[in-house]
Amino acid sequence: MTDQENITVQKLRENFPEEILDVGGRPNDVAVTVRRDRIPDICRFLRDDPDLSYKYFIDICGVDYMEMEKTPRFAVIYNLLSFEKGHRIRLKVLLEESDPAVDSVIEIWKGADWFEREAFDMFGIQFRNHPFLRRILTHHQFVGHPLRKDYEHGRRQLCTEVWDLEFD
Amino acid sequence: MVEKKKVAEHGLEGQVMTTRLGSFIDFLKGKGNELAGWARASSLWPYTFGTACCGIELMGYMASFTDAARFGAEVVRFSPRQADCMIVAGTITDKQAPILRKIYDQMLEPKYVISMGVCASSGGFYRAYHVVQGIDELIPVDVYVPGCPPNPEGLVYALMQLQKKIMSEKVDYNTRGRLMERLREVDEKEKDLGE
Repeated sequence: MTDQENITVQKLRENFPEEILDVGGRPNDVAVTVRRDRIPDICRFLRDDPDLSYKYFIDICGVDYMEMEKTPRFAVIYNLLSFEKGHRIRLKVLLEESDPAVDSVIEIWKGADWFEREAFDMFGIQFRNHPFLRRILTHHQFVGHPLRKDYEHGRRQLCTEVWDLEFD
Repeated sequence: MVEKKKVAEHGLEGQVMTTRLGSFIDFLKGKGNELAGWARASSLWPYTFGTACCGIELMGYMASFTDAARFGAEVVRFSPRQADCMIVAGTITDKQAPILRKIYDQMLEPKYVISMGVCASSGGFYRAYHVVQGIDELIPVDVYVPGCPPNPEGLVYALMQLQKKIMSEKVDYNTRGRLMERLREVDEKEKDLGE
């Protein structure tokens, strides 16, 4: 690992010692698994700390581990990039099947809005405090979450009426 | 004066005629169908429904190299009310499907549809939860163009095929009668739904 990436992990260990569950990945691609309860605090720290300044929010990925038979079935992965320091990090949050919910980070990065809606649409992961958590890719008559591994492969659901556009 | 036989053999394509009024009217009486078909086929106004990469090839088809203007089909209208040939270029998802149907219904008759590319024709490689497996589930299609995406020349060929089809069609002048029939059908459907 290079020094800079060590800094990210070190700083996280210093400030959130109880939140970190696991550190993995490769030298240029560190993945930190954290508890889900203080995600907004961790994200705000990563963005605002002058040594880290992860100001660019790349993506949120949802994951369904059903076929790998891991115990927490779902995961949400935050991909972050620091333009200033030139380093990246992946934050990983594991979610139980009974309660797949995590706090929204939309207040920290505005760009998280549509990614959270996508993760909700595809995996049914709830993002608490999201102001407009509604389906974004599938149509309004769609039932279920198509990227869950127990969704029947290729089952289509027909859309019969046009949904009026809404603007803010 | 051009002989009637010659015109009948070659249609009206490329012919310049000078004739007496009386024989011209006689000619129209006999060839009204062909004349209307020729007029329709040579002045198609396309409505573009570009939803994916096929839309880019569609621009190439309109542009100078293949030049759809040579076939009288260059006036692209972005209102379905002013167009009579819908070119569906790209993937149609289930979310898009009712919109496509609505726009097709808004077009005035006579109307034609070209299904461009495999996505519009059969769903293509999207054999998945979200894509219409061929737009003929929703609307009638006149010409299918295979390819992913088809090149502009392919679309020009499709246009020529469509023109052939239009010219061989029997023209129905009773548009008002058909409209009333259609309205009656809609009324009956609504009654059925009400019951």
